[in-house]
Amino acid sequence: MALLQITEPGQAVDPHEKKRAAGIDLGTTNSLIASYRGGELVTLPDHDGEHLLPSVVRYLADGGEEVGKLALANARKDSANTVSSAKRLMGRGVEDVRRLGEQLPNTFVVDSKGDDEAGMPLIEVVGGRQVSPVEVSASILKALAQRAEESLAGQLDGVVITVPAYFDDAQRQATKDAARLANLNVLRLLNEPTAAAVAYGLDSGAEGVVAIFDLGGGTFDISLLRLNQGVFEVLATGGDSALGGDDFDQAIAEWIITQAGYTDKISVQQFRGLMTEARAIKEQLSTAESVTVDIHEESLSFTGALSRADFDALIEPMIAKAIKACRRAVRDADVELTEIFSVVLVGGSTRVPAVVNAVGKYFECEPLNSIDPDRVVALGAAIQANVLVGNKSDDDMLLLDVLPLSLGLETIGGLAEKVIHRNTAIPVSKAQEFTTYKDGQSAMLIHVVQGERELVSDCRSLARFELRGIPPMVAGAAKIGVLFQVDADGLLSVSATELSTGIQAQVEVKPSYGLSEVEITTMLKASFEHAAQDVETRSITEARVDAVRVRDAVKNALVVDGKRLLTKEELKVIEAKITALDAVLDSKKSREIIEHMEALAKATDEFASRRMDDSVRSALSGRSLDEMES
Amino acid sequence: MDLKQNYFELFQSEPGFDLDLSELANRYRELQKTAHPDRFVTGTDQEKRFSAQMTSRINEGYDTLKHPLKRAVYLLDQADVEIEHNPTLDPMFLMEQIELREEMEDIGEAGEDGLPRLDEFRSKGKAVLASLEAEFVKAYPASLPEAEQTVYKMQFIHKLLSEAKQLEERILDY
Repeated sequence: MALLQITEPGQAVDPHEKKRAAGIDLGTTNSLIASYRGGELVTLPDHDGEHLLPSVVRYLADGGEEVGKLALANARKDSANTVSSAKRLMGRGVEDVRRLGEQLPNTFVVDSKGDDEAGMPLIEVVGGRQVSPVEVSASILKALAQRAEESLAGQLDGVVITVPAYFDDAQRQATKDAARLANLNVLRLLNEPTAAAVAYGLDSGAEGVVAIFDLGGGTFDISLLRLNQGVFEVLATGGDSALGGDDFDQAIAEWIITQAGYTDKISVQQFRGLMTEARAIKEQLSTAESVTVDIHEESLSFTGALSRADFDALIEPMIAKAIKACRRAVRDADVELTEIFSVVLVGGSTRVPAVVNAVGKYFECEPLNSIDPDRVVALGAAIQANVLVGNKSDDDMLLLDVLPLSLGLETIGGLAEKVIHRNTAIPVSKAQEFTTYKDGQSAMLIHVVQGERELVSDCRSLARFELRGIPPMVAGAAKIGVLFQVDADGLLSVSATELSTGIQAQVEVKPSYGLSEVEITTMLKASFEHAAQDVETRSITEARVDAVRVRDAVKNALVVDGKRLLTKEELKVIEAKITALDAVLDSKKSREIIEHMEALAKATDEFASRRMDDSVRSALSGRSLDEMES
Repeated sequence: MDLKQNYFELFQSEPGFDLDLSELANRYRELQKTAHPDRFVTGTDQEKRFSAQMTSRINEGYDTLKHPLKRAVYLLDQADVEIEHNPTLDPMFLMEQIELREEMEDIGEAGEDGLPRLDEFRSKGKAVLASLEAEFVKAYPASLPEAEQTVYKMQFIHKLLSEAKQLEERILDY
C-alpha cells in the first residue's frame, strides 16, 4: 500500500486534488452543514448521528461554552446564560433588540464604546462576560466546521452560508463577520430560497417563477423567485415570523386538555410534557390515519384517539394564515398563479400532509418534497460551494443574484434618494452626484440607508460618514460624486469625492451594528493565543503562501497570454518583478514579502485588465452579429 | 479595462433600437460565465477586482439595453444628444396626455368597478408605447431631433403606465 503523502503546511497542493467545501444553513432554531463525501452529497452528522445542530449556545462560569444539543438541554435551568435565536438579533440595532429582547430571557447591554451613535447590543452572561450575536453565531459555525473537518479529514477550503432573501446589508455583513470569527473562508452568501431551488436542480434549464414555501418550527417564509438563464430574481418575500410547527403542537396540547375535561391551572411542567407528547402525535400523524393518545401528566389523564381529519381541522386556521401570506406575496410579485411552475417545500413542518395538500391546492401544482425539507437548504448551499471552490471546472452552473433592498442616501428633508434599486443584478456600481445646500458649506454628511420607503426614518440606517474640506462655493456649485459598489454577496462599499478638488472619503459599509475591523482582529488574536503560535511566524507563512499564489497565477497567465497580449518590454518588466519576488521569498520579514508581492500585482494590472477584456470578447466570438437583428 | 467600449460593442451587437432580446439574454449569460466573481473565488485579489468591475459593467449594459426606454436614451447619448429634464412638447400630445390623466382619475373614483376599464386603459397605453418605439426606429439616427422628441413622449407614457399600476394596487388595497 502506498504511503499517504502529507504536504508541509502552507505549501501549494496539487491543483487537481479535490478541495473541501461545505454548505451551511445557519438557522434560527437549527443549523446544518452539508458536503460531498465520497462523491455523495450529504449533510454531516455529529458523533451521535444527529444532523441538526440546535442553534443554541450556553456560556459557562469557567469561560467555556456549550453548543447545540447540550446547551438546549440545559437551557431551561440556565436560561439567562443561554442564547438561542441569535439569528434574529444579527445585524440589528439597539432599538430592534429592545423590541425582540422582551421575548428573550437574556440581559441586554449596549456597547457604548467608539463613536458610533448607535452602539452594538450585547448579551450579558455569567461572570460579567458580554457577547454579541455575531460571536454566538460564530460559535455555532465553529461547531459545524469542526464536525465537517472530522468527517472530511481536513480543514475546509471554503463554505457557502445561506441567509434569508430579505436580509439587509447589516444582517449579511454580520453573518460574514461571524464566519470570519469562526476562521471560515466564505466563498459566497447565498439566499436560502435560492439554495432550496438549486438542491432540486431548478437552476438548470428551467425558466419561470418558483415558490419556496418554508415552514419551520417557529417561522414561516414564502419567497417567489423568477428563474431566467440562471438568474434568480427575488420577486417577493413574505411570511409570518410567529407561525410554525410549534403552533401545531400547541393546538394538539390544547385539544388534549379540552378532551380530558381538565379545568385546573396547567403547570409549566405539565405543559412542557404535553407539548412533547403533542409533537410525537403530530409526527405519527404524518403517516398514520389515527393515533392512540394515552397521556398522564400529573393530575391530567386522558386516553383516546386523534384522527388525522381531526388534526387537520385543528390546524386549519394556521394553514389558512400561511396561504393568505402566499396570496399576498403572489400579488406583491405581480405574477399570475399559472406562471408559477413549481413549489419547493422547506422546513420540517412541511411534512404535515395537510400542509402539502393546501400548498398544492393553492399553487395548482404538485409540491416538490422528495428531498428532506430540513436539509434541502444546506444541500443546495453545498452544491454551490463545490462549484465555487473549483471542484467542478466544467460545470455550467452560475447563480446570478440581485440586490434585495434598495440602497440610497439621505437628502434634504429626511428623504431617501435611491441610488441602486432593489432587484438590480449584482455586482453593480453606480455613481451619483450631489451638491451643497448652503453657501460656503465645507462639509457634507453622507448617510447611507437601505429600504423601499421614502422617509429615511422608515429605512435602515447603514452608515454615516463625513466628507470634509469642500472648498467654499455658493450653494449648489460643489459637485460631490458618490460611488456605490455592491459585491457579489450583496455587500456595499461607498466612496465620495469632491470632484473639483479630488478630496476623497471612503467607507466600507460596516454598519453600526456589525463589528469593526479592529474588534474582529482582537477577537481572532485572542482565539489564537490558546493555539500558542508565534504571531510573526504565522504572518510570514501566510505572506509566503499569498506571494506564491500571486506569482504562480501570473506565471500561468504569462504562459497562456503573455506573448499575445504583452509587448517584449512589458513582458521583461513583469519577469523582473517575479525574479525580485522570488529573491525575498525566504525573508524573515513578512513586510518585505508583501511589498514585493504588491509590486508584482501592480506591474501586472494592465495585463490582467487586458486579459479580462480579451476573455469577455472571445466569450461571444462564436456568435455572428446578425443573430442580434430581429 | 476598456471602458471606452460602448454597451453594443461589449455585447458585440449592431448598434440600434431593434434588438433580439432573447439573443441579448444569451449573450449576457455568456459574458457573465466568463467574468463573474464566482469564477475567481480562488483567484488573486487583482483578478477579483477586475472581475467585479467587468461584471458591474456587463450588468449595467444589460440593464440599459434590455429596457426599450433606457436603450433609446442611451442611443441618443451615444449620438451626443443630451436628454432635457423639462422638454418642450408638441401641444397636441400634451392635450392628449391631459385627457388620458382625466380618464385615469375617473377610473380611480369608480373603485373596484373601475378595474376592467383600468385594464383597457393600460393596454391602450402599451399600444401607444409600441407605436412610439416604431417612430423612434424610423427617426434614429437619420433625424435626431425627432428621435429626441419621441423619447420624451415615451417617458410620459411610461410614467402614466406606472401610475396606472399604482392605482391598481390602491384599488386592490395592499
